[in-house]
Order: sequence, then C-alpha cells, then structure tokens
Amino acid sequence: MTTAPARTAARPGHSTIKPSRNARSRERALAWARRAPLLPALIFLIIVTQLPFVVTLIISFMNWNSLRPDQTGFAGFSNYIEVLTNADLRQAIFTTILLTVSVVFASLLIGLGLALLLDKKFIGRGLARTLLIAPFLVVPVAAALIWKHALLNPTYGLINGVLTWVWSLFGSDAPPQPDLLSQAPLMAVIASLVWQWTPFMMLILLAGLQSRPMDTIEAAQMDGATPWIIFRHLTLPHLRQYLELGGLLGAIYIVQNFDAVFTLTSGGLGTANLPYAIYQTFYFANEYGLASAAGVVVVIGTIIVATFALRTVFSLFKKEAAR
Amino acid sequence: MSTLTPAAPQSTPAGPTALNTGQRRRGKTRMDPTRNNTAAGIAAWLLALLFATPVLWMILTSFHSETDAATNPPSVAANLTLDAYKEFFGESSGVSPWPPLINSATASILSTVLVLVLAIPAAYALSIKPVKKWTDVMFFFLSTKMMPVVAAILPLYLFAKTTGALDNIWFLILMYTSMNLPIAVWMMRSFLAEVPEEMLEAAQIDGAGLLLTLRKIVAPVAMPGIAATALICFIFSWNELLLARVLTGVVAGTAPVFLTGFVSSQGLFLAKVCAAAVVISLPVLFAGFAAQDKLVQGLSLGAVK
Repeated sequence: MTTAPARTAARPGHSTIKPSRNARSRERALAWARRAPLLPALIFLIIVTQLPFVVTLIISFMNWNSLRPDQTGFAGFSNYIEVLTNADLRQAIFTTILLTVSVVFASLLIGLGLALLLDKKFIGRGLARTLLIAPFLVVPVAAALIWKHALLNPTYGLINGVLTWVWSLFGSDAPPQPDLLSQAPLMAVIASLVWQWTPFMMLILLAGLQSRPMDTIEAAQMDGATPWIIFRHLTLPHLRQYLELGGLLGAIYIVQNFDAVFTLTSGGLGTANLPYAIYQTFYFANEYGLASAAGVVVVIGTIIVATFALRTVFSLFKKEAAR
Repeated sequence: MSTLTPAAPQSTPAGPTALNTGQRRRGKTRMDPTRNNTAAGIAAWLLALLFATPVLWMILTSFHSETDAATNPPSVAANLTLDAYKEFFGESSGVSPWPPLINSATASILSTVLVLVLAIPAAYALSIKPVKKWTDVMFFFLSTKMMPVVAAILPLYLFAKTTGALDNIWFLILMYTSMNLPIAVWMMRSFLAEVPEEMLEAAQIDGAGLLLTLRKIVAPVAMPGIAATALICFIFSWNELLLARVLTGVVAGTAPVFLTGFVSSQGLFLAKVCAAAVVISLPVLFAGFAAQDKLVQGLSLGAVK
C-alpha cells in the first residue's frame, strides 16, 4: 500500500539530468514497458464493455422493433419519453428504487446488529459466523427457488408449516395460512434479498469493528462512558465509512438484480424492476430502441449512485495508501 | 478477524511500526472486557440458526421423499432417502443435469483462468511497477463494473446472433471474463501491494531478474490472494443468470438456467428442487468457505482488510 506512490516519486533521476535524444527514447521505451502488462486487460475491457454501451446509446435513439424491420429509423428522444411515460416502465423505475433502498437499508441494519454480536467472544463464535455466511453462498437462483417453493408455498411451505405447528401447540386447528408470494410479492422478493445480502454487510462491518482503535475505547471505559455513549460517539463514527462502502457496493449489485425477480415472481404483481423490464422489452417484445433507452436510464441512475460509491472507495483507498 | 480460520501468515509487514500497532490492536481486542458475552452469544446463535434455517431446511428436504417433503406441518423427522438426488441425476426423468453442470464448470473455470491471465499483469503494472496515473486506471476499471449488464446486453445479443456466437460457451466465457476482470484487478492490486518494498529492493540490489523476483518474492506473498481472487471470480461466474439466459440455449445452457427451467408444475417436486439447489450450490459453498479468510478483502475490492 504505502509503497506504490512512493515508488513512482522515488525515481526522479531521469528528469533532473537533461535528457539527450537517446535517453529520451530510452525513457519512452521504459514507460511503455511499464504499461505493457496493463494493456491486454484494458483493451479487452474497452472492447467488451464500452463498445456495446456505445451501440446501446445509438440504438436508444432509434425506432427499432425486430418484428417490424421496415419501420426502423431515427427516433430522436421518443424512446426516452416512452420510458418515462410508459406506465410499466415507470413502475419498474419505482420498483427498482424501492427494492434497492429497502434491501440495502434492512441488510445494513441487520448486518450491523449481527456484526456487533459477533464482535463479542462467545462459545462457538466461528461456527455461528460460518452459519451466518451460508445464505450468501447459495446460488441466487437456487436461493430464490427455495424461498418460493420450500418457504413461501402456501400449502406446504415452511413458514405456513411452522404457523400450523405453533397454532396446534395451543390447541387451535385454524392457523393463519397466508399466501405471502401473492399477497405481498415485493415484500417476498425484498425478504429473500435481505436474507442473501445481510451476510455481506455483516462481514464488511465486522471487519470495520475489529479495526477500531481499542485504546481510545478503553480510555473511554475508564472514564466511565456507558456502552451506548461508546457506540454512539466512538464506534459509529469509525464504522461510518464501512457502512457507506457496504451500502454502496450492495446498491450497485442490487440495482442490477435479475435472479430473484425472475425466479420468485417472474416480474408479476408490480415486482418487475428495470433489469427485468428491459429483459422483457427486448427479449420478448423485441422493442430494441425502447429497451436500449431504458438501459441508458439505468446507467444514468447507476452513475449517480456510483459517484458516491467511488468517492467512498477512494477515501478508504487513499487512507490505506497513506498508511 | 477470522476466528474460524486462524488468519495464518497474514504477512503484512508494511514497516515495523505498522506491524506493532497491528499486534497491539489484536491483542487488546482479545482482552476487551465485555460483560454481556453470554447474552450476546445466545442472541448471536439464535440469529445464526434463523439465518441458516432456509439452507438447513433445503438440505434436509433434499433427503426426504416427495410425500414427506410436502406436508403441513413439516415432517422434520421423516425417513432420509436419496430418491430426490437419484431423480435429479436423471435416473427416472431422463433429463440429465450433467451437460449444464459441465457447461457451468467450463464457463466458470475457463473465464477465471482468463481473468487471472489478464488481471495479474495488470495488477503488477498498478502496484509493483506502477504506471503513471495508476489511480485513474484503477477507477476506470471499477467504473466498467458499475455499468449494469442490462445496458450492454442487447448489442452483445445482436452481435452473437449475427455472428453465430449465440449458444456458444466461448462467447459466454468472454462475457464472464469481462464481468469479473475489474473486480479481479482491484483485488489482485490490493494483494500485490502487500509485497514488501524492502524485499523488492533487496532483490534488485542482489541482481535478481524479473522472473526470479516474481517467483521468490512476489508469488509467496501474493499466492493466497490469487487463490481468493480466483475463488470469488469462480463464484460470480457460477451464479450468473441473466447473460447465460439471454446468450445460451440448449447446447451451452448453464446450471442456473437449467435450474430455472427445472421446476415442473406436475405433481410433487419439492424434494427434487431442493436436491437440485443443493447440488448446484455445493461448488459455491466450497469455494466460499475456502476463500472465507480473504472474502471480505475480496468483496470489498481490497478496501477493507
């Protein structure tokens, strides 16, 4: 960490001596030798990610439905107007925001609670931590299927099964048997995503907790500070950037979520988020222009979030580089 | 931080002072006098079990017969059987899960190899012998990761369709490589930056060549990081659904695609779904627990140690 910037700065030798033509070309060759290992990755990434996006940008201004190839042509901003006025797509924008914000917020909060608990020493802490990571290590599609069929199914899902069992303990044979997937579909998607993402938040926050300067905390304890005061004034400020990092990285992944929506509800009942709606628009409705415009809208939204994310990552990054 | 895997040779000697504070900090965490440990322990265990319940239930159900799997209230203590697994592997239905599993393995492993081949030299040029403006390059890599897949998928799909690359595993491998490359560059840079500068300088003074330096000094420090990066890239590729769903079909379809088409509406199938979910999640569970030690550093792109 510390070394990298220092290394560049520590080689001013060439610039102080007036460079002859030979030395200058030698220097240029050296610079290219340094760049060479970087180029394959850079060029590959530009071709595979930037080029397609430029094409998306072009298509977003076109009238293009593959089922009506004769009507293909320039469309101006009409696709963008359509994205913002079409009821389904507007709903998808709203769903995306609601889904992302609630999942990130809930998983951060629960993750913080779990991290605070796991920061203490108790019997079997390692095993408890392993159990808590498990949800993150189930293939997302598999997790969504398990939620849909094994947990939320109204007739034999585990949740209703447990309700039946608990009610029977009290001698009742009329337990509530809600069909959560059709009564609260978005809640179901949110719950399954919170379940999958809480471990991620927990791991980042736990790492943050364990990097606290303990001497300050001990000094505060000596001075008689209550646990709440310590948490509020020492722990939380220290955790702030970890909370931001977890939240923003989580947001970037959850904005793009496709698996849970696709598997749990197939985008029905107001759960279609933008990735799902775009998939529908180009894959089934063949509205290439419209799908591209919606894609560009997602990118603009992501850029807004990403600007904050980059700033957070950068501050941690710089702090580390300065250490 | 990792209590399960004793953070073995966490050799981060970024100078003697850093080492000392690190040790002192760790030592004091252990002495931290906390009183509510029992209560915290019970709460943590209850929550851990609650979080693990869907996973444990999935595993248990996969070993039940279809009739026992679909009861209300649940039959926790029903007899265990391997019927669901036998059926999943096509002994009665005739649909074999092997081609999609092999496709997933091919796509995940080969894309991970490609990612490492591209990312390791790039990370070298960003940490050990950094180019000018290396931070800008780093943030360019990261910004490509922030572009949602849906914003690029249509041109990729159209390109694949016109060139005949649709339903071709190699095209998917290239897509997964680009998907994981930025993350891998960030992770690898953070691991390579742990190589102590003094050792590199000493090697240079001793006249060690590039290959010797890489083998004797860089590799031993960076190896655990390379392994963790590979495991995390493997997990992301193995889990991926959207690209696979759009770009592959019957020939190159991967395990997640197979899984989405697996649920039949006829009759009882819960045990079979659970068995399928267990089989397909096993590689990820193994890879994840193997990388547990470096999971946080990897997932936070090296920002958190």
